[in-house]
Amino acid sequence: MAEITFLQAINEAMSEEMRANKNVVLIGEDIGIYGGCFGASRGMLEEFGTDQMLETPISEEGFMDLAMGASMIGMRPIVEIMFGDFSTLVSDGLINHAAKYKFMTGGQVEVPLVFRAPFGSGTGAAAQHSQSLETMFTNTPGLKIVYPATPYDAKGLLKSAIRDNGPVLFFENKLLYRAKGEVPEGDYTIEIGKADIKREGTDVSIITYSRMLPVCLEAAEQLAAEGISAEVVDLRSLKPLDTETIIKSVMKTSRALVVHEAPKFGGFAGEVVAAIMESEAFYHLDAPVARLGGKEMPVPYNPDIEKQIVPVIDDVKETVRKLVNNGGVKV
Amino acid sequence: MAFEFGKKQSLETMKLMLTSRRFEEKVNEMFMQGLIHGTTHLGIGQEALHAGVSPALDKDDWILPNHRGHGHCIAKGSTPYDIMAELMAIRDGVCKGMGGSMHIIDTRYKNMGSSGIVGSAIPMAVGMALQMKREGRKNVVCTMFGDAASNRGTFHEALNMASIWKVPSLFLCENNLYGMSVPAKYSVSVEDIAVRATSYNMESRVIDGNDVELVYSTVKEITDSMRMNPRPFLLEAKTYRWLGHSKSDRREYRTKEEEAEWKERCPISMFKDKMIDRGFITEKAFEKMKADVEAEIDAATEACKGKERVSLNEAFDYVYSS
Repeated sequence: MAEITFLQAINEAMSEEMRANKNVVLIGEDIGIYGGCFGASRGMLEEFGTDQMLETPISEEGFMDLAMGASMIGMRPIVEIMFGDFSTLVSDGLINHAAKYKFMTGGQVEVPLVFRAPFGSGTGAAAQHSQSLETMFTNTPGLKIVYPATPYDAKGLLKSAIRDNGPVLFFENKLLYRAKGEVPEGDYTIEIGKADIKREGTDVSIITYSRMLPVCLEAAEQLAAEGISAEVVDLRSLKPLDTETIIKSVMKTSRALVVHEAPKFGGFAGEVVAAIMESEAFYHLDAPVARLGGKEMPVPYNPDIEKQIVPVIDDVKETVRKLVNNGGVKV
Repeated sequence: MAFEFGKKQSLETMKLMLTSRRFEEKVNEMFMQGLIHGTTHLGIGQEALHAGVSPALDKDDWILPNHRGHGHCIAKGSTPYDIMAELMAIRDGVCKGMGGSMHIIDTRYKNMGSSGIVGSAIPMAVGMALQMKREGRKNVVCTMFGDAASNRGTFHEALNMASIWKVPSLFLCENNLYGMSVPAKYSVSVEDIAVRATSYNMESRVIDGNDVELVYSTVKEITDSMRMNPRPFLLEAKTYRWLGHSKSDRREYRTKEEEAEWKERCPISMFKDKMIDRGFITEKAFEKMKADVEAEIDAATEACKGKERVSLNEAFDYVYSS
């Protein structure tokens, strides 16, 4: 199997689907000759031309609504937004329109639209180009949300997203773009809504997604040297959420830690924790469920602080050590 | 010489205008009686647009009316029963009772209807026109919106995109002089919204939106030309809504005199006078048509009563796709 980067995986998924179906159209800013702000569509203009590569003016709300309209009568648009932070500008198209038109019309229309957005800090781009805004969308029925961490998952999930007949939000993390992984050539898909156990373990379940996956995997590796066996669950999809895999894992390990880059308060980890507490896994817990997330501040330009506001390997290790010590709870 | 309908088309047009008028009156009555819940935005006074636009289009052209759009939906093909059933939230409604007054959409008649978010359907229409152009169709998309929607960023973004990509999208601004309570004179920077097209290198025109023959002939002329040479067009029709913005509106922001002036310019009365002059209808035949329309809408309304609604479980089927 060939090793390719996350970005190449996205490029392959889009290219294969666009080759197979002329109605798959990439829409966004600077996606043409420039190849997209981060290079996801590099080289694609030559093959697909302007009919399938719609380079837009800086009119985020407008081109999202445009894609939404076109999707209802035959187009299968992939809308790329330059930075995930600009999700605020397209939120009306996604939340008030794409998520609701099938429902509001009593099933008369489908909205087969993919929205791709690069999130995340660590690039020195400061407060308006570094956020992780997934929870802006997780409380809106009608939207599926995927957030892969590896090139293999990215390609398979993006192909599923493009073939899905409803709106799918495909979130990417900029720091993972250069990460390499084995990806089979040609067609395969990964079902939306299925988590993946990236490392098996018996003492604690670390549940995470996107950029925090490599952090948690490295922490698990280092903890193994201390005799702690950590299982790492990669959610891959936030909606639908694979609660079955989460619950099964926690029932096995009796301890759980949820980790994400987005700010902890109101973050998606709260939903994962609730899923555990509402299930029979609760009765298996040996320690309170723990969360790690971003600090309560906008992402700073100051690189020293920028590094400190997201969970790092040591944070994960330290929290896991507390958990295996029953979270400090006297039993 | 100004365009004139023949007798047959005059009668059909009049029936459409009367249906639109009576439908809205009936909805208003039913609200007063508590038989319809939620809210609604009635289009009484704007019937020349309802009866003039969709009949001038090809049946495969799409329309996207706004939240004040019952009359447009009827003109494009939905029956009063289809829409009343939606307002009564029963299964037979065009949207199975899931959308209501602000979201009447009927894809059987190429009506992609209304977003309740003022102005957001304008770029959606550009996307639809773009897709039809990609498919090599000779169809156009007509989106209707008010004066106030022309202040949304979506309007400006949509006009710019439609212009650079030359898509066959007819932007129909129904300038009824008020955005809810705020006069366009106060909130819109120009007297004629049509001039905003200039910024986007787009053709535009202002017409009397209460003259049904002028509305019809203008839309026909423009869309025929757009089919031959795909491009967008901004058409502004001056009109007036007789009732308030929605059911709770006491209309304290405008004068009774202004309302009376516009009622003098009633699109139905003006066209009726022309039809009588031309010998197409008599006063008696007009009254008969009015009574027939009223009976038809009463019957449609009665037929909605006591009908089944979609269950919670079935509603879940419409949330996600696969």
